[in-house]
Amino acid sequence: MRNGLSGVLNEFRQRSPETFEAAFETLFRLHQRAVYGWILRIVRNPAAAEDLTVETFWRIHRAHARFEPSRGFEGWARRIATHAALDWLRTRRAESELSMEACADLKAPAVADPAITAEILRKTALAFQRLPPKLRIAATLAVVEEQSQKDMAAALGISVAAVKQRVFRALRLLRKDLERQGITP
Amino acid sequence: MNEHDQDRMKNLLQQALPPVDGEPEPGRDLWPAVLRRLDAKPAPALSGWAWFDGALLAGLVGLAAFFPASIPVLLYYL
Repeated sequence: MRNGLSGVLNEFRQRSPETFEAAFETLFRLHQRAVYGWILRIVRNPAAAEDLTVETFWRIHRAHARFEPSRGFEGWARRIATHAALDWLRTRRAESELSMEACADLKAPAVADPAITAEILRKTALAFQRLPPKLRIAATLAVVEEQSQKDMAAALGISVAAVKQRVFRALRLLRKDLERQGITP
Repeated sequence: MNEHDQDRMKNLLQQALPPVDGEPEPGRDLWPAVLRRLDAKPAPALSGWAWFDGALLAGLVGLAAFFPASIPVLLYYL
């Protein structure tokens, strides 16, 4: 996510509403792609990611008075986006989300290990959906998307140690769930 | 769960949920949706108006009760 306009909200906050709106549109156009990509990596649903990008910028607009230029726009936007995505995950029931239609735009799983069948992958994906949202976000970003733990800690508002702990708990719960289904990873 | 188990779980998860490639773009221009969301005014604070309306109504009722002659005047201005 680019960080060139870290002070733009503060700069235009003092001017007229029209100037602020024009500046906000510029900010939106510069950062929407990065915000969308970050959210898509969490929710893995393109339509939901679009709606959550709108929600994120609405929250940014609403909270602009609390923006601190010294901390940078990138981390602030990611944090707001992460919370919007977390709220969305919490409202979804496990069986209704991550449908195959919703994820059609994402890359299909590539089976590298012949011992891992498509059925095992499907059950793994379903078991993953049953994880608590906070653990799911941690596992998605750390394991699947291979994001840095420092970035994740900033986005989630927790320490790096807490990120590691959440990833560990997510993997452990996932393993137990698969074992209950007779799958030994 | 030891480190080996963790690695196996990570491998399985990476195969089940492939990562998002590159920097994906939204399928549509989202700015109009942001504008619509920004323009949607929050519901007015009903409690403040309700208090004002109640006080006004009580005043008018009191005026009509103690000074019945004022009723035609009030009706004239309604």
